[in-house]
Amino acid sequence: MSADNVSADNVSSLKSTPLTGLHRSLGAKLVPFAGYEMPVQFSDGILKEHLHTRTAVGLFDVSHMGQIVVRGTAAAAAMESLVPGDLQALKPGRMRYTVLLNADGGILDDLMVTRTADGLFVIVNAACKEADIAHLRAVLPSSVEVAPLEDRALMALQGPMAAETLQRHTEATLSDLRFMSSAAIVIAGADCMVSRSGYTGEDGFEISVSADAAEALAQVLLADSDVRPIGLGARDSLRLEAGLCLYGHDIDATTTPVEAGLAWTIGKRRREEGGFPGDGIILRQLAEGTARLRVGIRPDGRAPVREGAVLTNRDGAEIGIVTSGGYGPSVGAPVAMGYVGALHAASGTGVSAIVRGKPLAARVADMPFVEHRYHRG
Amino acid sequence: MSYLRYSEEHEWVSVEGDVATVGISDFAQEQLGDIVFVELPEVGAAIAAGDQVAVVESVKAASEVYSPVSGEIVEINDVIVEEPSGINGDAEGDGWFFKIKLSDPAELDDLMDPKAYAAFIKD
Repeated sequence: MSADNVSADNVSSLKSTPLTGLHRSLGAKLVPFAGYEMPVQFSDGILKEHLHTRTAVGLFDVSHMGQIVVRGTAAAAAMESLVPGDLQALKPGRMRYTVLLNADGGILDDLMVTRTADGLFVIVNAACKEADIAHLRAVLPSSVEVAPLEDRALMALQGPMAAETLQRHTEATLSDLRFMSSAAIVIAGADCMVSRSGYTGEDGFEISVSADAAEALAQVLLADSDVRPIGLGARDSLRLEAGLCLYGHDIDATTTPVEAGLAWTIGKRRREEGGFPGDGIILRQLAEGTARLRVGIRPDGRAPVREGAVLTNRDGAEIGIVTSGGYGPSVGAPVAMGYVGALHAASGTGVSAIVRGKPLAARVADMPFVEHRYHRG
Repeated sequence: MSYLRYSEEHEWVSVEGDVATVGISDFAQEQLGDIVFVELPEVGAAIAAGDQVAVVESVKAASEVYSPVSGEIVEINDVIVEEPSGINGDAEGDGWFFKIKLSDPAELDDLMDPKAYAAFIKD
């Protein structure tokens, strides 16, 4: 066996989250991720953790992500100079998925933005946290304060049983909290900011709570017999099946939201007015199309097709590349996503993926691979 | 009488006469996690010790499997091709990969016996 996958972890000066102690006590397999020591899986293993999340409810620690308060009455309008989303139309308590753009229309990060009473609440990727904060501080006017939250945990409770599970621990009426909404809610005595959102395609919640209260809250939720702890391995297979992008892989500074199939994040008013970085390029792409597009890929056989695999047409001419791929436990087959030339992007188009030097037959496929089950009220 | 040897790459070899059955060790399957795909060699293939002979894929990654011995592949385990999780379930039994007719039995002397392998994986 090649030694890379059968060796001890080499963990040095990695950061912990407020739940790292709990992960250890649960027997998690901890690995480095974005400078943090994070659980890739618990004792159930990735396959079982993934399937459990789609049939019951799983608890994820995502405290490595950045939680940033952007404070000021002009926050939404000012933030629009960085993202293509319509933030000014967001009512307090409503949230939006959007992207930070560079001058070429490329994506610096993808993020969730919530309109709050005093401005915005932003959640960014762990690997981009420092760069995003610096970027916000450099571009936003001094009347808008950029305040990264310290001593804060973030956990996600995801799955068809997430709502009934959480309801057992709060007086708030969760059926009133619909998808892409946020509210201040007390859970098991802890003050939390709770959004109805996630990264799995299932119904669920993302819970921001003080670091001090995090372990106790996680313990309360894990004490529920339906809840299992879920690691980053299953988090990745879940989001892949849901057709959701992973920054640094499916989207990066060289991909525009139009190429990435994220044109829906560009608000109608923003298309008319522009006023975001790369707007010239992006508006032209909306009008004329793009040379390449992000698509789903379904291999015909059993072999997983992974990130970096070259895609060709059936005659062997190179047409693109896989940016994410692996086995989809709920699909029961390998799934992938990547970029292909626009002429090859129609669903059903036959392609080949080069795996270990050999072309494997595959097809362009619609995403998500597993239907989303959000609570839209 | 059959006897068991292990390689440093975590393959096991169970020898009976001049035919060896080869698979990956229980330690290896546990390190890999849930196996979702396996690619086996062709029956009739001529293999040299150290050749990459199979691929196993877990949810997260692919791993090469090397043959600890030289010879000709005489049988492959279709059951694990259909149901790769069988490797996790019984890596050193029903999860076998292939049977190989040995061309150089002396190669077995370079492999570890079960006790030596148990000590090896403790490190």
